[in-house]
Amino acid sequence: MHHSHSSSTSALSLADLPGPDVAIRPLHHPWRWISGGLVILLLAVIGRAFAVGQIQWTVVGEFLTAGVIITGFGWTLLISACALVLGVLLGFAFGIMRLSENPILRFAAWLYVWVFRGTPVLLQLLIWFNIALVFPRLYIPGLIDARMVDVVTPFVAAVLGLGVNEGSYLTEVVRGGISSVDKGQKEAAHTLGMTPGQTMRRIILPQTLRLILPVFGNSAIGMLKFSSLAATIAMGEMLNAAQRIYFINGAVIELLFVCAVWYLAGTTVLSIGQYYLERHFGRDGAAATRERRWFKGWARRPVASGEA
Amino acid sequence: MTLAVKAVGIRKSFGSHEVLKGLDLEVAYGEVLCILGPSGSGKSTFLRCINHLETPNGGYVWVDGAIMGYELSRGALEGLPVKRLRAQQSQLGMVFQHFNLFAHRTVLGNVIEGPMVVRGLSRAEAEARAMGLLEQVGMAAKASSYPSQLSGGQKQRVAIARALAMEPRVMLFDEPTSALDPELVGEVLEVMRNLARGGTTMIVVTHEIGFAREVADRVVVMIDGEIREMGGPTHVLSNPGDPRVRSFLSRVLA
Repeated sequence: MHHSHSSSTSALSLADLPGPDVAIRPLHHPWRWISGGLVILLLAVIGRAFAVGQIQWTVVGEFLTAGVIITGFGWTLLISACALVLGVLLGFAFGIMRLSENPILRFAAWLYVWVFRGTPVLLQLLIWFNIALVFPRLYIPGLIDARMVDVVTPFVAAVLGLGVNEGSYLTEVVRGGISSVDKGQKEAAHTLGMTPGQTMRRIILPQTLRLILPVFGNSAIGMLKFSSLAATIAMGEMLNAAQRIYFINGAVIELLFVCAVWYLAGTTVLSIGQYYLERHFGRDGAAATRERRWFKGWARRPVASGEA
Repeated sequence: MTLAVKAVGIRKSFGSHEVLKGLDLEVAYGEVLCILGPSGSGKSTFLRCINHLETPNGGYVWVDGAIMGYELSRGALEGLPVKRLRAQQSQLGMVFQHFNLFAHRTVLGNVIEGPMVVRGLSRAEAEARAMGLLEQVGMAAKASSYPSQLSGGQKQRVAIARALAMEPRVMLFDEPTSALDPELVGEVLEVMRNLARGGTTMIVVTHEIGFAREVADRVVVMIDGEIREMGGPTHVLSNPGDPRVRSFLSRVLA
């Protein structure tokens, strides 16, 4: 191939060169059109299958704005928000403990991560929901004395289960973020006379926050979806509400689709929010610049290989 | 001559490696002392022991009437709570080799941080004084820039202003020009020269023999964790008695 190529071009003499206005025909990419067409065809087939399948789309539309579903979605949002706040608080507390000078605090934080990251979140939800079997009464002298079943309602169990689990992941994230702030700034703060607490609050944590913000965005999106697990512990969030409806009317797929629409709407809003947050905070951050460069390099590669 | 700093028998080991082998040093108010020596001789560690960024394994440092990190009680040194140690540390301004500016704060924000948080100054007062100091190091025009937008020399001048903002009794410099491009060394040394002229007490760990010769009142040469030579710069730099000091100086002056 190389041989035939060179023989056809080497014969071009200066006298044969065309003028500056010669017509230029760029290389065509027929496979791009063919593969694109195939994918569109496939999507059309899938779309048609659902259109003619045994789904009553009118029922989907009908229940999309049903009061029970909307209320359920409200609970979904509330559980997600509370669990995320709990997770972030625990993540910071244990993340700071992980780097403590005190080996017992370090061990406690390690134990927390080991237990709650090492077991399924669904299992944890069920354990929180049934915690009254272990501790029938919640008794803190002078503060609270109540039956555990009254304290740990399905809502509380859902928030605790999801939040404590999320916290174990965020602990590791916070730990990584804190360790990546360079040690010299901590020393500089100390030589100015700042206490460990002041150094952490004013110097280390603000810089950590910038680094771990993208992860929090992912956490929020994940949390919205994981909150559906609370349906299994009789929490009346959206999926649970949908289930209760289709047990009665039998429109299983229709109601599951209704949930899918709402979850997608929620995660889409969160994704957009995450994009703007990252753009705002990563403006002159070194990490963001590196990512952009990496992306550019990745995008350029196929062009370079095409030219070679 | 009033004494500002007195180090007594400072010893420091990292694991089994003994870095400092019992150092004694006295620095008077208004004095400029340069510590020279080959890399690995322990001069930076010594400086970091003076302000307790490293805790010495033996010996102690006396600064202006108090022992760093300890309280003398019934013939023994009792460790101080961290808050009181930090208050003592703020008496010693520290300038680092790698600047260590707070990356999320502007130039002005770096300089007002200590006075506001540690000394409780109002923002307005801290800013007014910070602008004066930035003027002094020639960085007032960059007050609202972030560290990442500055050259190494500019960063180091801001770091000097930040340390001065705590009105320390003594300024410590840990190889302040070693991380700089050669053409940026001059601007930092110029600021330090002006400080020395103004009567600031300074302990400077450096490789800049020329600076030591010109500005230092006394020069210390450290080798292998010991002080091998101490005295006036002309005497030490041109006529050292210790053969290892002579061989070190002949290498750096060559």
